[in-house]
Amino acid sequence: MITEFTPFVSLIGGILIGLSAVMLMAFQGRVFGATGVLAGFMTPQSSSDWQWRALLLAGMVSGPLVYRVFAGEMPAIDVPVSNIALIIGGFIVGLGVTYGSGCTSGHGVCGMARLSPRSIAATVTFMIFTAITVYVVRHVLGGI
Amino acid sequence: MKHVLTYLTGLVFGVGISMSGMANPAKVINFFDVFGTWDPSLAFVMGGAVVVAFFGYRAVFKRFDSPAFEPRFTVPTSRVIDAKLIGGSAVFGIGWGIAGFCPGGALPAIGTLDPAVLTFFVALVAGIFAAKFMMQRTARRV
Repeated sequence: MITEFTPFVSLIGGILIGLSAVMLMAFQGRVFGATGVLAGFMTPQSSSDWQWRALLLAGMVSGPLVYRVFAGEMPAIDVPVSNIALIIGGFIVGLGVTYGSGCTSGHGVCGMARLSPRSIAATVTFMIFTAITVYVVRHVLGGI
Repeated sequence: MKHVLTYLTGLVFGVGISMSGMANPAKVINFFDVFGTWDPSLAFVMGGAVVVAFFGYRAVFKRFDSPAFEPRFTVPTSRVIDAKLIGGSAVFGIGWGIAGFCPGGALPAIGTLDPAVLTFFVALVAGIFAAKFMMQRTARRV
C-alpha cells in the first residue's frame, strides 16, 4: 500500500508533539512517554498521580476529535496487516516497552531531546529492529 | 486551571499524533520499507518533535527552578545501557514492525474507535502486564 509523502503536515504534527513534551515538563516536571503514562495509569500509586495521568490520557484520546473539527475527517488509519499481526505485535510491543523502559515518545522524542545516552541507544536499537522486521515481513515472508 | 492545562497538554499531543501520521500503520510501516513503498514523512515528525523538545526543555530548565504543579522535576537520571534496555528496545522494534502501531501513536488513536487500534491496544496492555509479572518474578528470585 502506497502512502502519500506528507512532509509539511508531518512536521507540524511533530512540532505539536515536541510542544506537548515541553508543556508536560513545565507543568508536571515529567518526560512525556506514552508507555510510562499508560503504565502509571493502570497501576495507580496515589490519587493525585493517577489524576494527572487520567487528564493527560483524556486529552490524548480527544486529539483525533479536535483534528476532525479542523480537517473534516478522522485521522487516516490504514492497516496493511492482519488482526493476528496486530495482536502478536501489540503483545510484543507491550513486553518490549516495559523491559526497555520507553517507546518512541519517551526515548525517541524526550530522551533524544535530553541527549540521554540510554534513550539514544534505545532509539537506535528499536529503529534498526523495526526496519529489519518490516524488511523480513514484507520482502522475505511476503506479509503476515 | 491546573487540570485544564494538563488536559490541554494531552490534547496537543493527540492532535500532533493525528496530524503526523504516527497513528497510521500504513505510513509507519512504509517509513521503514526503504526497499518497497518508502514514505519518509515520519522523519519530519521525529525531527520536528526532537528539535522543539530540545530547545523547549532548555528554556524550561533555565527559567524555572521547579515545574508549575509539582515540587520538583522528575527526570530519568540513569545512564546505564544494559541488556534489559537494549533487549527490550529490540523486542519493541520487532513488535512495532509487525503491527505498525507504537504506544504513542495508538493511545490518541483510541479516540477514533477504529477496531484495529482497539485490538492492538488490548494486546499492548496484556503485554505490559505480562512483562511486569515476569519482572516481579525475576526480582523475587534474586
